[in-house]
Amino acid sequence: MFGRLTWDSLVFSGAIENPSASEFVASGAGSVVVLGGIALFILLAVMKWWRPLWTDWLTSVDHKKVGIMYIVLAIVMFLRAVIEAAVMRSQQLAAYDGAGYLSADHFGQLFTTHGTIMIFFVAMPFITGLMNYVMPLQIGARDVSFPRLNAISLMLTVAGAILVMISLVVGKFSTGGWTAYPPYTGIEFSPGEGVDYWIWAVTLGSIGSTLTGINFAVTIYKKRCPGMNLFRMPMFTWTTLCTSILMIFAMAPLTAASLMLALDRYADFHFFTNGDGGNMMNFANLFWLFGHPEVYILVLPAFGVWSEVVSTFSGKRIYGYTSLVCATMCIAVFSFCVWLHHFFTMGQSAGVNAAFGIATMLIGIPTGVKIYDWMLTMYRGRIRFTVPMLFHINFLFMFVLGGSTGILLANPTIDFQVHNSLFLVAHFHNVIIPGVLFGMFAAVQFWFPKAFGFRLHEGLGRKAFWFLAPGFVLAFFPLYWIGMMGATRRTATWADPAYHIWFAIAMLGAAMILAGTALLIAQVVVSVKRRKELAVPLGDPWDGRSLEWSIPAPAPSWNFAVVPTVFSQDAFDAAKCNGTAYQAPAKYEDIHVPRNSAIAPLIGLFACASAFGLIWHIWWLAIIGFVMVWAVVIVSSFNLDTEETIPADVVRAQNEAFLEAVRNAPGVTRDDETSSANQGKAVPERHENRFAQNMKGNMTEATT
Amino acid sequence: MKLYQRLHPGVNLGPTDPESHEEAEEKIFGFWIFLMSDLVLFSVLFATYAAMSIQGVAQGPSPKDIFDLSPVFLETMVLLASSFTFGLAILELKYRKNQRRLALWLTLTGLLGALFVGLELNDYRILLAEHGAAPQTSGFLSAYYLLTGTHALHVSVAIIWLIVLAVQLATLGPVGPVKLRLMRLALFWHMLDIIWIGIFTFVYLYGVVL
Amino acid sequence: MKQGVSSTGHHEESAEQRDYVKGLVLAFVLTVASFSVVWFKLLTGPAALILLGILALVQCAAQIRYFLHVDGRSHRDDLLLILFTSLIVLIIVGGTIWILWNQHARMM
Repeated sequence: MFGRLTWDSLVFSGAIENPSASEFVASGAGSVVVLGGIALFILLAVMKWWRPLWTDWLTSVDHKKVGIMYIVLAIVMFLRAVIEAAVMRSQQLAAYDGAGYLSADHFGQLFTTHGTIMIFFVAMPFITGLMNYVMPLQIGARDVSFPRLNAISLMLTVAGAILVMISLVVGKFSTGGWTAYPPYTGIEFSPGEGVDYWIWAVTLGSIGSTLTGINFAVTIYKKRCPGMNLFRMPMFTWTTLCTSILMIFAMAPLTAASLMLALDRYADFHFFTNGDGGNMMNFANLFWLFGHPEVYILVLPAFGVWSEVVSTFSGKRIYGYTSLVCATMCIAVFSFCVWLHHFFTMGQSAGVNAAFGIATMLIGIPTGVKIYDWMLTMYRGRIRFTVPMLFHINFLFMFVLGGSTGILLANPTIDFQVHNSLFLVAHFHNVIIPGVLFGMFAAVQFWFPKAFGFRLHEGLGRKAFWFLAPGFVLAFFPLYWIGMMGATRRTATWADPAYHIWFAIAMLGAAMILAGTALLIAQVVVSVKRRKELAVPLGDPWDGRSLEWSIPAPAPSWNFAVVPTVFSQDAFDAAKCNGTAYQAPAKYEDIHVPRNSAIAPLIGLFACASAFGLIWHIWWLAIIGFVMVWAVVIVSSFNLDTEETIPADVVRAQNEAFLEAVRNAPGVTRDDETSSANQGKAVPERHENRFAQNMKGNMTEATT
Repeated sequence: MKLYQRLHPGVNLGPTDPESHEEAEEKIFGFWIFLMSDLVLFSVLFATYAAMSIQGVAQGPSPKDIFDLSPVFLETMVLLASSFTFGLAILELKYRKNQRRLALWLTLTGLLGALFVGLELNDYRILLAEHGAAPQTSGFLSAYYLLTGTHALHVSVAIIWLIVLAVQLATLGPVGPVKLRLMRLALFWHMLDIIWIGIFTFVYLYGVVL
Repeated sequence: MKQGVSSTGHHEESAEQRDYVKGLVLAFVLTVASFSVVWFKLLTGPAALILLGILALVQCAAQIRYFLHVDGRSHRDDLLLILFTSLIVLIIVGGTIWILWNQHARMM
């Protein structure tokens, strides 16, 4: 009836039968999940939030709400994975010449879940959520092309994340690392349910990402507002387009590889087995066919964020727009040509390694172009050192360092020396943390006012930055050093006394990152409390340049009262400079928006149930879940009435009130943008001073 | 350039239903992109097969030992014919709105599709019964069954989809959204043809020649 | 106006019908050609493989042209999409075969 599931599968039984520190840590984590779940349930019930949660959020197909839910998911999962990182650091500190307090098996689960979660359930949902929120606003669209599909993508990702969370309580997760290389992850060496958790969580997430990629690519191709030709799109939209294209093509190899691994495990096929004609090296090949583009799926949207941040907080048009676009496209195509550098040591001949090594080094060129463009954007700009800008400047230094070590690793002869060492771990954290993670933090600081109508507390944000940035350096630069000395990755214990001091410094860094994370949470809490004085209802707190800043904050559900028409790059900035911003439209029309629907949460629920059935060999649950997913799709396809209408009068009333408020507001200069005087109406500095020439150019462009 | 020339190729609604036609632009383009993503999935399976059909034979039979071309030829003809009848169904939908003829062509298409899947299942039966060639036998056979099986699964899904759409045509009538779904299914169907061309060439013919 | 639409419609219809017929005939001919190469052993070895590959490519192109109606004149977006996908497929398939063959050869 319940397949392989027994009472012994619960994590708590381990602590009872075999009491040890390792088991207690595992049970503690399991308790946090269970108690947290119960607490959340009760909180929602007491506050009577269940109904609004369902009607306003879970069933919503509004791209803004979907985006916010993605980011909430990412933050929750981030908290788990960052704590796991700190636990691993403390284990390595404690494990000098001894066993430490975690069993090797438990340590294996930790680095596997840490990697899997950080990539698939933190970085991916974070960038997806951000693209969801921002991209349609930047191109002047009312929603994405397929709003319901968008919600389904979200719920599939949530389903995958839930599986990973369940694995804390029921059974164990894989110990095979986030890359899950066979034959170790094959049934022979990993007979338990752990690898199956990995397979189905990742598969659900990757299907969700493929659908997201399709959705966003079509949205950008087909839903741009009049006048928004491709070379007028903001940089973030460009990077979203390239990321979507990567998602469309790169997720398929992952799906194929994990399904082959599943067939090996469930049905005794021989794709990656040791004997009978299996070829385990093909798994590495297929995995990195996905895995390398994945790196750029993550970092390209962050590059887009950096472009928006640096140009806004320098008060300048982005330097070298065309070169940035070309560099982005180059990176997108190159990213498909370098996957072998993840397994230089697998045994192919030097010629193959050299070809892929050279291709890898070539990616440094377009990335270098971007770095120069960002620096030159700041040159003679009106720079304000706000929190996102601090993260950006930190990013420029750190990313160049991380990129340089990447170029080192691209050389196969050097890679042979340091592969599978902590040097590698230091390298990829050095690009992903200052590049992607801090990029996402900067993006939250930057766009939070647009989403919720008030700014985040500046002082706490700065404090968080001063913990996170140095914390990162302390946590990961020592790993370069001991990696060079020979410390291997994924190792629970070690005996070389020379490592000790470096692991201690790394632990200090990890503690600082935890503190910085806590400060970020405090920042949100404090900001919510002080939301009145931080309010920016007029929607443009940073003297923004693209269309999303031209509408109220929080953005109305229909985004734009009237679909805008643009005449140049940086359309809203141009409008502010030549005085055409905030004009009342001649006429309002009814707006059709997609109706909320329960399809997505139902599909997510059934997909999760089906995957759980597969993991525990509960075949009836697997089959019912699978059939129900498709039943929901088919039944809902018979309902053709999926839209509702917002009457023109409602739109008019709200928009006229907004425009009236803008007219009456005093406006704030850049000197005061972090004070409570900032209500979201910017006084563009170009009016007064040195960019008069530029402004004239914009006006002629706008009138033609 | 006229609207019906500019937008989504082939299975369009053209001048007969310009409103649905324009509305279709996003959906059809999105479906094209999905098909391309699916194509990449198949290309991964092809690449895996290409390596394993030679390197992964192990103690099992090699492609030459077990492939019989006659049923493959028949399957190819059946699938090509079904693509053609689907094309005629789309023309019917687009230009004449004769529900009975449309139903006839769609039924024929579905039956040909089902015949194709049946023939392929029969191939599997022969492989298992006469050659003892199961997917568990060797890496080559694992890759063979996965590649052809994924294609057969796609065709089966397309048949179920066709049935659902037939029911929708009967209950909801030939309204815009249902027409658009039929157009997407047609694209899917034709794309499976193209993948089958790859399979009969690179799996069966190459297997026998090599 | 209505008259115009329906007459273009009629013209369009016969053109499209012709396309489907052309596609079907081409597909049959090319399929028969491919199978005959093997059945009647017209060619063997690498020459056969190359010819079969070319025939398959032509048949795919014919399907795309006549059944999916993609051509360079009016449907450039889709053509570009297909060409870009072909590039990715080429990289994936070519790269995989190159890598696995190379590794295999070194294990012998």
